[in-house]
Amino acid sequence: MADGYRKIVLDGLWNNNQALVALLGLCPLLAVSNTLINGLGLGLATTLVLAMSNVTVSLIRNWVRPEIRLPVFVLIIASFVTTVELVMNAHFHGLYKVLGIFIPLIVTNCTIIGRAEAFASRNPVPHALVDGLSIGVGFTLALVVLGGSRELIGQGTLFDGAHLMFGDAARDWRWSIGDDYPGILLAVLPPGAFMGLGMMIALKNIIDKRLNRRQPAPVTNAQAATA
Amino acid sequence: MQFATGSSPHLAGPQSVTRVMALVLLALVPGTLAMLWYFGWGLLINLAIAVITAVVAEAAILLLRGRPVAATLIDLSAVVTAWLLALALPPLLPWWQTVLGTTFAIVIAKQLFGGIGFNPFNPAMAGYVLLLVSFPVTMTRWLPPEVLSGNLPSLADSLHMIFSGTPPAGQTWDVISGATPLDQMRTELSQNRMISEIHKSPLWGDFGGRGWEWVGNWFLLGGLFMIWRRVISWRIPASMLGALLLVAGLFWAIDPETHPFPAFHLFSGGAILGAFFIATDPVSASTTPRGQLIYGALIGVLVFIIRTWGGYPDAVAFSVLLLNMAAPTIDYYTQPRIFGQRKSNDA
Repeated sequence: MADGYRKIVLDGLWNNNQALVALLGLCPLLAVSNTLINGLGLGLATTLVLAMSNVTVSLIRNWVRPEIRLPVFVLIIASFVTTVELVMNAHFHGLYKVLGIFIPLIVTNCTIIGRAEAFASRNPVPHALVDGLSIGVGFTLALVVLGGSRELIGQGTLFDGAHLMFGDAARDWRWSIGDDYPGILLAVLPPGAFMGLGMMIALKNIIDKRLNRRQPAPVTNAQAATA
Repeated sequence: MQFATGSSPHLAGPQSVTRVMALVLLALVPGTLAMLWYFGWGLLINLAIAVITAVVAEAAILLLRGRPVAATLIDLSAVVTAWLLALALPPLLPWWQTVLGTTFAIVIAKQLFGGIGFNPFNPAMAGYVLLLVSFPVTMTRWLPPEVLSGNLPSLADSLHMIFSGTPPAGQTWDVISGATPLDQMRTELSQNRMISEIHKSPLWGDFGGRGWEWVGNWFLLGGLFMIWRRVISWRIPASMLGALLLVAGLFWAIDPETHPFPAFHLFSGGAILGAFFIATDPVSASTTPRGQLIYGALIGVLVFIIRTWGGYPDAVAFSVLLLNMAAPTIDYYTQPRIFGQRKSNDA
């Protein structure tokens, strides 16, 4: 049983990372990841929606007829997105305004309906919850790394706008390379997002290759039989 | 059908990548000399920085990719890329921006896609656009040509400006730099001035900006040389410049007070250099005969559109990159009919 959870978490965070492997949810991923804090904010909102929708879909999985499952999933996801949107508007108004249209657009993030369809509708509630959380954290990590590197290259800062999320105390979190850093504007513009994502996927592939080389794939029965 | 190959010895074709690239470099010499004459040492320093960076970057990434280094460097394509990029850059650009643009051109735009023969975009223009979009201030800081300013920065001053990024003591950038003719025309037109009014300024020569108007001729000479040596085909330059002339002429005929004379478009900015040396890149351009005509013409039209209504004064780089993207589609629809093949596919 614990092994099952381990696999779900590893899949969500790394092996089946929705941003780097499945390439789902690219629209918010590319559009919002221009600073680290924006990426973190949208990532956490997505994680919250993902966990709640996964649990709900898993709860009702035995009562919804397969013919109408997709509209039902969409309704569930839309209600949670509306909830998250209202909560953000009330408590993180600054961040809400920065992220703008991309919060309501979480509804159309294919990751969420993808997990509902591929995982939550076939698995018990605890599994679905863990899957939602780990997929969400994996997506958030990708957003944070992409947003952080774009912010660093593009304007030479990190944690710019942290007060939008963590209150006024976080204003001095902002870290800057130096005031004379000219800023490579392209990194902040949309092409920078595509290039950054491409680099991250390449990096992940390199790491995977290294890992595979270190521990050779276990010999399967079929291979053992032919050997 | 199979064609039997005769036994050896075979005649080797005279063209090789190295030879083609060397001819391109040779064809670039007159235009480069003209630009040195008008804009001084800065260009030469940029050229040196760009070429060295390109060769080093290409060698480094070939090593990383586990490809033969010397055999690839000898094809000179990295040098051509660096050279073209350096010609497009303002003469006093800070050195690290030249390095950044060249590295981006070689590493990202060329080698990451698989090296020479596989890059979907023209590497030099990709590097140029990266710099133009990222550093609008330094990338629009051109020198006025020598005939206007009367003196060019000395070698020591140029080196100082390029490597420190600051103007020499007692001077400011505003004193040293000047707008390009395209920039000037754009600014003045946006202030609702008439062309006949604009042309009274001493900045203007017979048909373009003074000094600038003659640089294109020398690139034209090199371009014709390349057509004669069969390095490039006439189709892309002819259709690009033809389309640019046609559209510019049409608008000029409608209203000569708000649309500059067509020759102005032809001999300003990068039109000639772009038509002969950049749009004709054998890798990223269209390859079918009809496709090349369409490809060139669309670049010409786009250059006019972006120059007239777009956000940037010159448009050759953007137009070439956009059409690079369209080139595979153009090729797909313009495949020449193979001898013996019927017109319709359902034969």
